[in-house]
Amino acid sequence: MALRKVKGNLERMFDKNLTDLVRGIRNNKETESKYISQCMEEIKTELRQDNLAVKANAVAKLTYLQMLGYDISWAGFNIIEVMSSPKFTYKRIGYLSASQCFHQDTEVLMLTTNMIRKDLNSHNMYDSGTALTGLACFISGDLARDLANDVMTLLTSTKPYLRKKAVLLLYKVFLKFPEALRPAFPRLKEKLEDPDPGVQSAAVNVICELARKNPKNYLSLAPVFFKLMTSSTNNWMLIKIIKLFGALTPLEPRLGKKLIEPLTNLIHSTSAMSLLYECINTVIAVLISISSGMPNHNASIQLCVQKLRILIEDSDQNLKYLGLLAMSKILKTHPKSVQAHKDLVLQCLDDKDESIRLRALDLLYGMVTKKTVMEIVRRLMTHMDRAEGTMYRDELLQKIILICSQNNFQYITNFEWYVSVLVELCRMEGTQHGGLIASQLMDVAIRVVAVREFTVGQMALLLDNAHVIVGPAAARSSIAEVLYAAAWICGEFSQLLANPKATLESMVRGKVVSLPGHIQAIYVHNMLKLYAHIIATAEEEDDSEMIEEVTNLLLERLPVFVSSGDLEVQERASCIVHIVTYVQKCHKHGDKVGADLALLMTGELNPVAPKAQKKVPLPDGLDLDAWINDPPSESEEEEDDALEKEIFVKADSSYKHRKEKYEPSEEELQKLRDARRAEQASNPYYVKSSALSSPRPNHNSIQVDEIPVTAIDLNVSLKIPGMTSLDKYQVVDGWQDGGKKRHKKQKKRSKRKGQVSSSSEEEINRMHVVNTDIGEMPEGAHLSDDYEIDDRPEDDPHRALDINLDEPLSPNEVLPTRTHYEAHAQRKIESNNEAKLIPSEIPLKMKTRNKKERKEKKEKTKKVKKEEKKVKKKPSRDANLILDLIDPLKETVISDKVPVAANHINGIADAKNKEKTSDDLDFWLSKELSQTPESCMDGTTKTASPSTPSSSKDDSKSKKTKTKKEKKAKKEKDRDKPEKKLKKNEKEIDTLSRNRDEYEETNGTVTQEVEEKLAVPEPQPYSRLLAEDSHIRIVYSTAAMDGVMSEILVCIKFISQSSKPISKLQLILPDSSALKMIRTDPQSELVNLPWSLDPGESKETQLSFTAEDVTIPHKLRGSLSYIQDGSSSSSDISLRLEFPVTTFLSGKTASRATFTDLLSSGQLSARSSFTLPNCPWSFPEVLEELTLGGSLAVVECVDQTASLYGRSLHGHHVCLLVKYQASHHLTIDGKSTEGILLSNALDHLKTTLMQKQ
Amino acid sequence: MIKAILVFNNHGKPRLTKFYQYFNEEMQQQIIKETFQLVSKRDDNVCNFLEGGSLIGGADYKLIYRHYATLYFVFCVDSSESELGILDLIQVFVETLDKCFENVCELDLIFHVDKVHYILNELVMGGMVLETNMTEIITRIEDQNKLEKQEGPYNSASTSSLKAGLAAAPARAVSAVKNMNLPQQIKDIKLPDLPAAIKDLKF
Repeated sequence: MALRKVKGNLERMFDKNLTDLVRGIRNNKETESKYISQCMEEIKTELRQDNLAVKANAVAKLTYLQMLGYDISWAGFNIIEVMSSPKFTYKRIGYLSASQCFHQDTEVLMLTTNMIRKDLNSHNMYDSGTALTGLACFISGDLARDLANDVMTLLTSTKPYLRKKAVLLLYKVFLKFPEALRPAFPRLKEKLEDPDPGVQSAAVNVICELARKNPKNYLSLAPVFFKLMTSSTNNWMLIKIIKLFGALTPLEPRLGKKLIEPLTNLIHSTSAMSLLYECINTVIAVLISISSGMPNHNASIQLCVQKLRILIEDSDQNLKYLGLLAMSKILKTHPKSVQAHKDLVLQCLDDKDESIRLRALDLLYGMVTKKTVMEIVRRLMTHMDRAEGTMYRDELLQKIILICSQNNFQYITNFEWYVSVLVELCRMEGTQHGGLIASQLMDVAIRVVAVREFTVGQMALLLDNAHVIVGPAAARSSIAEVLYAAAWICGEFSQLLANPKATLESMVRGKVVSLPGHIQAIYVHNMLKLYAHIIATAEEEDDSEMIEEVTNLLLERLPVFVSSGDLEVQERASCIVHIVTYVQKCHKHGDKVGADLALLMTGELNPVAPKAQKKVPLPDGLDLDAWINDPPSESEEEEDDALEKEIFVKADSSYKHRKEKYEPSEEELQKLRDARRAEQASNPYYVKSSALSSPRPNHNSIQVDEIPVTAIDLNVSLKIPGMTSLDKYQVVDGWQDGGKKRHKKQKKRSKRKGQVSSSSEEEINRMHVVNTDIGEMPEGAHLSDDYEIDDRPEDDPHRALDINLDEPLSPNEVLPTRTHYEAHAQRKIESNNEAKLIPSEIPLKMKTRNKKERKEKKEKTKKVKKEEKKVKKKPSRDANLILDLIDPLKETVISDKVPVAANHINGIADAKNKEKTSDDLDFWLSKELSQTPESCMDGTTKTASPSTPSSSKDDSKSKKTKTKKEKKAKKEKDRDKPEKKLKKNEKEIDTLSRNRDEYEETNGTVTQEVEEKLAVPEPQPYSRLLAEDSHIRIVYSTAAMDGVMSEILVCIKFISQSSKPISKLQLILPDSSALKMIRTDPQSELVNLPWSLDPGESKETQLSFTAEDVTIPHKLRGSLSYIQDGSSSSSDISLRLEFPVTTFLSGKTASRATFTDLLSSGQLSARSSFTLPNCPWSFPEVLEELTLGGSLAVVECVDQTASLYGRSLHGHHVCLLVKYQASHHLTIDGKSTEGILLSNALDHLKTTLMQKQ
Repeated sequence: MIKAILVFNNHGKPRLTKFYQYFNEEMQQQIIKETFQLVSKRDDNVCNFLEGGSLIGGADYKLIYRHYATLYFVFCVDSSESELGILDLIQVFVETLDKCFENVCELDLIFHVDKVHYILNELVMGGMVLETNMTEIITRIEDQNKLEKQEGPYNSASTSSLKAGLAAAPARAVSAVKNMNLPQQIKDIKLPDLPAAIKDLKF
């Protein structure tokens, strides 16, 4: 019993698993942190053990603790250990932990590159899957660079699961390693047409993310997406595509026009709300981008608004929210259509859900009109009273001010009302928008001259009741700011005050000292203004008693400010004290100084344009970036540091510095003065030098006593006595009450204003004139938005992804492979036009280099293009092989004319001319709208379908393609054949002419010609002849699919040499003992080819084989039977497929590091070599033969020596050293882990090289 | 892009955290706290969208959440994601959990957070939606569990297969007994009926 207990404890001790940990934490609620630190210690001991199971357990526990907020980065190395476990169970634990705590700056990550690469290329699909998932979370720039190629390889995996993940991971790779985008993009684009919907969706996802940030680079993809949109039924994908179009339309209005119709159809047809919502959103984006000129423009808006109304009226809060969100987008451009639904929006203001209320508020902003503004604001004010939570209340306050002040008070007809609203808003407790209210008050007071007197009256009341505003809650809010405005307005327009002395008294009263410094300063300053005004008027009236009273008042109160902690308050106060004492002295002598005193503050204030400061022209010769003093030298700075403490004591050292001070010359001083003057001219708070020229205007238009003042209601605690109540303005409410009352009010108003307004029922005239000038600007400056700012933050990785994808790739724009970068060798080979054979590493400063190259490229495009095409013929075949591997049927037909696709191994993509793509897009966009749906349906989209099928030839041709296509469709249900066609046509145009107009005219015939031209069989350099008779010629090529699939892919090409069509082609290929074909029907040895060959046509088919033993060459015998049209019997040809051992080699995973590792490891026990004393080939030709024919990869190439690497499907390594000496002496040394393989391989290479001799 | 996925209970205790953008642990905890405060004060009958918190996101980000019995599932996403789509994704996630754990409850998430992570990894990868088809997701998860089983028993109950059957039964019983004294009763998460709008979204 006791023993068991001890044993149990021991087990506990060492084997506390995750469950135990969780349970323990839950049982130790009070002492959690103590318990956890104890567990941490245990984990540390566990991590020190050698047993991987124990380590994995410890890491699993750490992952849990990480979630609770414990830093586990110290265990990074152990996590990597667990990740590298061969067991999936532990690997998964390791990767999970890494994805939770590693990030791009984690240092241990640099240890993981090779391990992750191994996992990515693992035979176990879930190992790779786990690695992909983990990598997506912690990928760093280095990892992205080193692993980009491996991820690209996974794009061609047979497993959709891996393709899908690899596609998604590409996005992260691009973010971290932007140089990968261009070489990888063509592959990514291909994935849009992947047979697996999941992969397709992932590709759409990635491109959408990319395009969202840099939409202009992805415009050329619009046709592809358009097709997907009209053909797909996957709602997830549709949503993404539609969102993408929303981002693209602003750049290309024509695209929008094309989109409207299918989107409207979707809106009508879909039952999925999410899709409906996104459609509406994009339609809105389209409508915004095409301002007008659409016939059914209005219909679309109406449709959107209607559908949105349905959403908003829905009981589901989510739909309501989204509906309002979308509505606010329409509002910006089509406010009229939204205004019709005001009732709905107001209803939403009463919703219990705050999110919805906020959205409704956004909408209100655009709904106000002159007629409705008062009612809306009144509603909002009542909401504000009811609202709990300062956040929402603040939001309301801000919205009220925004609504009223938009467009220079466009909707405000009665400014007295507005001022009252603002004053009312001051009562709101705890608001953060005090500054906003203050600036509004000042704005109105300055700009609306007619209402100035009223404003001043209200401000005087505010000052009088400052204690109410600055209540106990004021500490947390900024409401005191309104006192700033009140003091300034009262001071500035003191001549409009009813009782200046009372105002002055209220300004000096007690509480002021508790206000923030800058407000006190304004108080003090405006006291002087008031004082000057009072003195001036009192002197006129000879009211010496008054003079004495105010002077004494100030002299009594000002010392408080003189001793203020705030420097500015202190300065201003002491200045004023002296002025006041001086005035007092003068008065004692009987001098009148009032007028002189008032002169201090005269001058008209005008509004200043917001950007005026920036527009002040820089005087000639003024360099703002220049040093005013000579910059201190480095050494001096050090000296300063050393002397820092002494500086204040030792006068000498500081004197030394002073001496060095820069003395501006007279000329420069003059310039500075000019600049200062210009600045002063644009500053409203500067009194202008031409003070006398602008006397203050007299405002007699409003009689003060006519302003209605409500009775003091002492029961309402916060009501400020004397303040105008808003209630009286409700009479003018033109919304609910008819025009009657308003009319009455207007009469009253016009009487008061002394001017007759032509009042109609519909239009409410403005009572007050607003100075809506943009404000003062420096001479010659214009208000414009010439500051275009990229609003993305500096560190946004998407900035780096702003890359033009339509430009053709330059040969050295390839993904870095694990190859040593040999500048010399590369250059050499490049000059031999074989750069593609040598995987090169992208230099670090790629970006700048690229630019140069692109420029050069543009100039050379035409030349280069031709050359490239020649070279590309070879890689294109490989690319096609890989492309078609993903076909589940394993047996496909590819037309000979499928365009050159990217070769992922070398990263060479099809180099489309930029002009061409943009032309394509133009053409696609310019097609008549009505044609769009059909043309998409029959699959001859994009550039292919001519607007008018004019020639009969063309007609027959399209019929032909149609029937062909139907056949294919039967065989291959999931394949998206039209796209292939599309590409084909695209290529044709490419080859022929880039001139769109020409193409449009001559399309039919031209197509035919090109087809014929291309159909002429071209011998492929690395395809071997399989069989030939008078009617047909068959060639084949092989490729090893290393990594995820250990298969050999054989591409057989049939070239018709007959004048009649050949049909019913049948391959009979029985398996040999060592070589087996992967068949759709395992029982049958027959392979039916589902097509016929027209005269001169050639077609390809692909077969996959697996070999049991890859160290010896294989042969396979079979036969082909076919029927020539017109003859009744079938013909037979016997076939002999040869598989030399090099077939099973692949150089895909070559890297210098692994290569040297291999060589030094001693694994390569087998050696063999041969010499060709008289090799007629040049060195590059030999290399080409070895890499393409022998499927090896060049690891390193120096001068005339190269090392090559290849790995067999079963993991044997083959390393070759090729030496080429002068006098055509070629030596090839080989090392391998497998002797038989090596000798067979060398034999084969020798014979091929000899043969060519 | 999804920036973060958080699952926490009614008391703000994290049950699963997945950040697709790096934050240090301290920041992560603050984000969880802030998100919890934002989300927990909302009634169940208000909309499921929230303008993002101050710590995570900013103007472009939204919190989209669902509340199931004792747990909140919160996704922080940017404007490239469809709001209703993400709501749906949460539903797929929870239903998948329900299938894998057979009537999932908070306890399952507490004791098998690693498995929940593995399930989530089949839905979302690096912040992007990977798969939404539940059968496909479950196939993948079961495959991987099989693989794990083949590799032999791992001494931690935490990695025993999801459908543990007899082998894991004692462990479960023990935890059930142990949990008897837990103060809070953990109820089964019941999946409420989906609002019509979301049901309509087909995959």
